[in-house]
Order: sequence, then structure tokens, then C-alpha cells
Amino acid sequence: MTVTKTETLPVRSGDDVVRVRQRVRALAIEIGLGLVDQTKIVTAASELARNTLDYGGGGDVRIEIVQAGMRKGLRLTFEDHGPGIADIEQAMTDRFTTGRGMGLGLGGAKRLSNEFHIESTPGSGTRVTIARWK
Amino acid sequence: MDRIPILKLGGVLIVTIQVDMHDRLALALEEDLTAMIARTGARGVLLEISALEIVDSFIGRMLVSIAAVSRVLDAETVVAGMRPAVAITLVELGLELTGIRTALNVERGMALIQARISEEDDGHGSDRDRHED
Ligand SMILES: Nc1ncnc2c1ncn2[C@@H]1O[C@H](COP(=O)(O)OP(=O)(O)OP(=O)(O)O)[C@@H](O)[C@H]1O
Ligand SMILES: [Mg+2]
Repeated sequence: MTVTKTETLPVRSGDDVVRVRQRVRALAIEIGLGLVDQTKIVTAASELARNTLDYGGGGDVRIEIVQAGMRKGLRLTFEDHGPGIADIEQAMTDRFTTGRGMGLGLGGAKRLSNEFHIESTPGSGTRVTIARWK
Repeated sequence: MDRIPILKLGGVLIVTIQVDMHDRLALALEEDLTAMIARTGARGVLLEISALEIVDSFIGRMLVSIAAVSRVLDAETVVAGMRPAVAITLVELGLELTGIRTALNVERGMALIQARISEEDDGHGSDRDRHED
């Protein structure tokens, strides 16, 4: 798999979350994702960006266009250096929240993506990677 | 601070959500709507969201919360104009819009609310129809 384009955006404010959504939409269109797939990856990005902001204390997202053979995809890596997640399985469970949320962000982002990977170390931060392929 | 305009048509408050919502705007809208239902005695709230390119859990929570508050104040919430791609995505996200009715467009949304208002007014107004069941 090769990376054909990379950009990094900050996720430090509500306005940044909006910008991330817009940029993910633009790149999803660029690689030719259909409207429903665009909507899925933008929605997943919105969930993860909001988590980075609300729980991770801010961070950034790396947005990559990736290619495997003839297939193109969009890969997003959200990273923060916040408190981390002690129990990932619990965090992934629908309805589980430590905030005022609905507890759907992580599980939802996984369902809306073709690939999902989460790593977190309590005390040092969280990294969530998703990909959606054309 | 920016605010989203609320229109009153008959007993219905109509809001067109066009911008990419952020926290403050969402909270302000909820407050404004609550105050206006209380002040005007509106019986319905119509949220027109055809401009929204996504509904994530944050916006979903706002919609559900507006509906819950409205219900307490005896007003029904209808969400109109959700894009099909958004509706499909919501299901996969796992979001249920509890307590919210949806309509294809504003016209149908208005019809839903009007039907509910006249149904209830009949029910309260007389026992004319009671013998039918
Ligand atoms: N980047 C992060 N850093 C630390 N904790 C996190 C992070 N992302 C998620 N979490 C934890 O995982 C929980 C579940 O996250 P999830 O996104 O599924 O739900 P939520 O954000 O609480 O609610 P919703 O996304 O529905 O608004 C959060 O409540 C939080 O405790
Ligand atoms: Mg979340």
C-alpha cells in the first residue's frame, strides 16, 4: 500500500472540527467515493475529531490518500496526548460515555469505516485510525 | 453571538438549520426554542435540515434534546428534509431519533403537525367521537 497524499490538520477547537469535516469531504470526492460513502467517512471523522477535542484535550489528524493496487482509499489518523483510555473495550461499547454524550462515537466510527484501529495508553494519549476504501 | 432564526407560522415554530452547527450555536438554539414555545404556546416545532451534509452524535443529541424539551411543553417536534445519505449513515452510526417524527419535506412536516393539533383539539373539545370505538 502506498500513500499518495498526506496532510495534517489541527483539532483544537470547534471550528477545527468543522474544517476537518470539510477537508475529509473534499478528499473523499477527489478519490471518487460515492455520496453515501462520503457521508459515512465524514460522519466518522466528525465523531473522532470531537473525541480528540473533548476528551483528548485537542490534537491533530493526519489525512492520507492511500492506494493498494487499483483501489484508492482515505485514511484518517486522529492523535492526542490527553489522558488516554484505560478500558478500550468499555469505551467502544455503544452507550458508554464518561461525558454527556450518547456513547456512540467510537462504535459508530468503527461501523462507518472499512478499517478501524485504536491504541491508547493511559497518561500519554490516544490514536485512532480509520480507512474507507473505494 | 450568532443565532439561528426561528419563524412562527400558525402554531408552529419553524427552524431551518443551514450552518455547520457548533456547540454554542446548538445550545443557543435550544434555549431560544424553549423560550419561544413557552411564550407563544406553539404546538409544534419543525426542524428543516435538508442543508445538513451530516448528522453526527452531537447534532443527533441536539435534535433529541429539543424534542424532549418541546414535548414537556406540549409541542411536537418533526424533523424535515433529511438527506437520504444522512439517513442511511444515521442507522449505521446507531443513532435513534427517539421521540422525533420525520417528514420528507417542510410541507409534509407541517401537515403532520397540523393533523396532530386538530386531532388533539377534537379530543379535548367534545366527546362527539368517543362513541365510535
Ligand atoms: N481521545 C480520547 N481520549 C480519552 N478518552 C476518550 C477519547 N475518545 C473517547 N474517549 C472515551 O471513550 C468514551 C466513549 O467515546 P464515544 O465517542 O463512543 O462516546 P461519547 O463521546 O462519550 O459520546 P458521543 O460520541 O455519542 O457524543 C468517552 O466518553 C471517553 O470516556
Ligand atoms: Mg464521542
